Formats: sequence, C-alpha cells, structure tokens
Amino acid sequence: MPSAPTPATETGATDTPPGVDRAGKPKAPSRRFDPHRYGPLIGLGLLLVVGTLLNPDFATWDNWMNVLTRTAFIGIIAIGMGFVIISGGIDLSVGSMAALIAGVMILLMNALAGSLGSPVLVVVVGMLAAVALGGAFGLAHGFLITRGRIEPFIVTLGTLGIFRAVLTWLSDGGAITLDGDLADVYSPVYYGSLLGIQTPVWIFVLVAVAGAVLLNHTPFGRYVQAIGSNELVARYAAVDVDRVKLLTYALLGACVGIATVLYVPRLGSASPTTGLLWELEAIAAVIVGGTSFKGGEGRVAGTVIGAILLSVISNILNLTSIISVYLNAAVQGCVIIAVAFLQRRRP
Amino acid sequence: MTKVATVARRSVLGAGAALLALAGTGGFALAAETVKLGVCIPAATHGFTGGIVWWANEAKKELEKAHPNLKITIKTAGGAPEQANQLQDLVTVTKIDSLVIFPFESAALTQPVAQAKKKGVYVTVVDRGLTDTSAQDAYIAGDNTAFGRIPAEYIAKKYNGKANIVALRGIATTIDNERWNAFTEVMKKHPDIKILDAKYANWNRDDAFKVTQDYLTRFKEIDVVWAADDDMAFGVLKAIEQAKRTDIKEVFGGAGSKTMVKTILDGSNPLIQADVSYSPKFIYDAIKMTAEARLKGAALPATHIIPSSLITKDNAKDFYFPDSPY
Repeated sequence: MPSAPTPATETGATDTPPGVDRAGKPKAPSRRFDPHRYGPLIGLGLLLVVGTLLNPDFATWDNWMNVLTRTAFIGIIAIGMGFVIISGGIDLSVGSMAALIAGVMILLMNALAGSLGSPVLVVVVGMLAAVALGGAFGLAHGFLITRGRIEPFIVTLGTLGIFRAVLTWLSDGGAITLDGDLADVYSPVYYGSLLGIQTPVWIFVLVAVAGAVLLNHTPFGRYVQAIGSNELVARYAAVDVDRVKLLTYALLGACVGIATVLYVPRLGSASPTTGLLWELEAIAAVIVGGTSFKGGEGRVAGTVIGAILLSVISNILNLTSIISVYLNAAVQGCVIIAVAFLQRRRP
Repeated sequence: MTKVATVARRSVLGAGAALLALAGTGGFALAAETVKLGVCIPAATHGFTGGIVWWANEAKKELEKAHPNLKITIKTAGGAPEQANQLQDLVTVTKIDSLVIFPFESAALTQPVAQAKKKGVYVTVVDRGLTDTSAQDAYIAGDNTAFGRIPAEYIAKKYNGKANIVALRGIATTIDNERWNAFTEVMKKHPDIKILDAKYANWNRDDAFKVTQDYLTRFKEIDVVWAADDDMAFGVLKAIEQAKRTDIKEVFGGAGSKTMVKTILDGSNPLIQADVSYSPKFIYDAIKMTAEARLKGAALPATHIIPSSLITKDNAKDFYFPDSPY
C-alpha cells in the first residue's frame, strides 16, 4: 500500500496552477524536492514504520483494508470539504447531515419495501435519494451563504444543530434500523469486494480521481482556487463567484450523500450518535493534507493522505496498549500538530 | 413503513400533549393542593438517553391522567450548564414544588440543586448522585456495580474460570469506572481469565465496530467480548460477522435494550446469550414514586437502588418493552 499514494501526490503537486497560488513568489520551486510539500506523505510513512514495529499484525493486507474502508467515509467527505475550504468557505454540518441522510434514507427504503417489488430497486432508489438529498442540503447552504449573505460558519453551525435534532426526533432518540431483507441486499455495498479490495475503497479512489481532475483540469476548479485566493479579483475577472460557491457546497453535499450510501450498509442503522464529529475529522484531513485554511490553495491527494493518516493513528493506538487509553486523544493531537508542522508554509 | 406511521402518530400525540399541558396551566392554576413536579433529564442523544426521555413522557402521560391535580413539566438538556439554567427556570417561572433530576454531572449540579431545595422544593435525584447528599431528599438509581459484577460472574462461571476476554469501555466517567472496577474485581479471583485489553468506544456503535476490528486483527484467540453496552454490542457483532471469526463464543452487552432482549428471547444469535438490565425505566419509577408520595404529602426513603439483574432466555420476556425506543 505505501506505494499507491505516491503517483497521486505527484499529480496533485505538479498540476496546481502556478499563477494562482504562488502569486508574488519570485521563483516557482518547479521540480526541486520540497519537503514541506510532502509533509503529510512523510508523516504517513513514518506512522507506517512505527505501526509495523509496534505490532507486526499492523502490516497485513486485512488490517490495511480495514483502515482504508473506514477512512472512505471521512475521505470522501473531506474531498468535497476541500473544494469548500479552497474557495474560502467552511461547512460544519457534514456529520449531522450524514446522520440525517442516513435516517431519512432508511425510513424511505423501509417504506418503499412494500410497494416496490424488488428489494434491489428499493436500495437503488434509496441510494439515489441519499445523494440527491445531500446535494439539496448543500444547495440550501449555498443559497443562504451567497444570496442570504450569511457567514458560512453561522449557516452551517445552524444546520449542524437542525439536521441532528431532526434525526433525533425521527428516531425518538433511539436507532432507525433497516429491515432485515433490505439489509441483506444492501450489505455488499459495504462488505463486498472486487479484486480483494472492499467497495468503499474503490468508490473513495474514484471520488478522489474525479476530485483531482475537477480541481486541477477544469475551469470550475480554477475558479474555486481563484475565489479562495482573492474573491474581489475573481469578481473583477468576471467569474460568477456566487454560482461557483453555490456549486462547491452542492458538491460537498453530494459527497456527504455518497459517504452515507456507503455507511448505511455497515451497521444498517442510524442513531443520534451517527456521524458525530465527522466535520472535525474531515476538516482536519483537509488541513493536515496541506490545504490552506485561508483558501486559495489545496491538493486532493494531500486530503486523501490526511484522511488515511488520521485513521492510521487510531488504528495503531488500538493495536497496542503501551499508552494509557486515557491519553489516546492526546497522541492523536500530537501527531496532527507534528504533521502540520512538517508541511507548514514559509511566511 | 410502520416506522413512518409510528413517527407520525407520535408527533400527533406530542402536539396533543402540548395542548393538554397548555389547557392544564390555565385550568388548574387556582386549584388548591396541586403538585407541580419538575423533571430535569438529559436530551435524547443516544439510545439510553432516548429511553430516558421516552419513559419520562410515559410517566407524565399516565400520572397526569390519573391525578388531575398533578402537573409535570419535563425539561431536557444538552449539557450541565443548560440543565442548571433549566432548573432555575423551573423554580422561578414554573414555580415547581417537587423535582426529579437526572444530573448531567454530579459536581456541577450540586449547587443549583441545593439552591432549589433551599427554596422548599422536594428533590429526588436519579442515577448520578450529588457530591453533597444533603442537597437531596431522596436518591433513586440503577446499580452500576452490579452492571459490571453480573457479567463478570456470569462469564467466570460459564467458562469455568478460563477465558480470553476483550472489553470495551464507554466514555470516561464515574459510571464507567464503577462498572469497570466491579468487572475487574471479580476477574481478579480468576487467574486464568485474561483481559487482553479494554479500549473506549464511547457507547457508540461505529466506534465499537472499529475497535473490535482492531482487536480481531491483534488477538487470534478471543472467547468473550464484554461490550458493556447494547449499542456497542451491535457494532461488535457486525465486526465479528465481517471478519468471519469463529473463535468468539459470546458477546455480552449491557442495559437490556429491546433489540438485545428480543434476540435473547428468540435465540436468534448464538453469540448473544445473556444481558444485564439497567433500564431507563428507572426514571419512570422515580417520577411515579415522587409524584405519588408528594400527593399524599409523604416522603420517600432516602435511598432506593433499583437492582440490575441477569437477563437470560428464561426471564427475557419480563424485560421486553416493544414500544420503548430503547
């Protein structure tokens, strides 16, 4: 596995449009090896070495599949989050949004099970509804932010509460559970695998490739970076700033929908603790991966590595018991700060 | 489909109850000998607290119907400071004369409860004891020691004092510590029982799934998983199923949620044989006992521990409440 992310990083690294993010720098460090740029990758490499030394079971295919599969949800959301952050925005609601989408999707599928004949069709309808619902929530955010002129922090802090409260109300504080037959039909979406790799990992790879292409090889991606870099200049350059921003939120919403589609078959249920603190993990993955919190610059490959790195830390902690469990969160905190230090920018 | 119907029905009921409550305040405000009971509980953020909220509302429905001169106000809080504010509102605005409180945190709520008692409110504390017991009139709780001791004794007996166990813990709190200490206390007497590791999974299904996956990677021979909570047991079962491991003989949850009790009742999963009760129904008992005692003007015993018991196939039907969300 360690070899896989490398080519992706190079794509992400070399294809960032130089005119946008390096404005003002006298010399673009074109082909020279820049350790800061590879900070997250170096951090991940070190963690892999440490993990293997601490427990030989760490370096097994099965363990890596476990880690990558559970990274897929946060990773997919983080890729969408990357676009929002690069454009200078933020979305705090993604965890609650995932929980609500999961709940609504399960209720919808249970309701349709009687009227639609084939369970496969019910599941397909449920999956499409989840992605559409995510997109719609994202559009709503976008509208409130661009047309309503409300700070994204406030809009999404508001919906963070709203989404989770509605789910808690729907579930009466308990769990919403997918009916048995549907759960069986749906379970390959999480547990199934192709060429020994679980489905969520494939989807994660597809979303990452699509995200990298969209960010680096389309006008939309360049507009996103331009807006985050300097919104006023982008406006003067006749970029339809509101529309691009609106689309970044819708894109993130759809990513949350996709993540939920993969999440629901794992446990077949949604409860008020579903997706708790996913927003912080997703934002952390983006920032640890080298995207500027101020916007304007970012890499999809970095985000992917950031997301993997975060779940590798807790995986290693679970596989060992050298540190008191009370300190797990502290270890995570130290590693995150250390990696951020490795990839810091010079002033 | 049934779920949608239930939800719709519940919301109608909820609206009805709210209307009744409004009518209540107007109609009975002047009647003498009324008891105004305030109930402070945590908001429904996970299965167990969901059950607490549901049982509290059940108690309100039943008791207000049976006693027209009783008025119950339920407040749910997301954290200790919010609960303290709600308590203040109940005392000054709603003017309650009796209080049933499930404190978010023992230390943080002790002062606010003491203030309420000083104003003449009769106080029943539920589940988490206050740090200063003089601030309460009565204390009603589930038995957290038994929650840890019962599964330990059950496992030790069933596996003849020899087993490899991995354990999950909830959130680092006094409740979790009490359970964990009671569990390890019993296991100390059985030197051949090895507790391989215990990690926090936050009473959360997803975290339990991840921690169990990693346990399964790390330990090749596991006999029993003490999941210590039915929500966590759910995640544990999924992880075992995915890894197709056959060495694990039993998963022991805790609290007696309706899905687990049903599983035991039906014998539908060989890994689930027993559970320990710690039902959120104790909030119902607490409200009922307090309300009835106050209507008579009587006092409650200072401490009332609701015992936790072992649930097996034989007695599972006594612990099965299909209408409760938990």
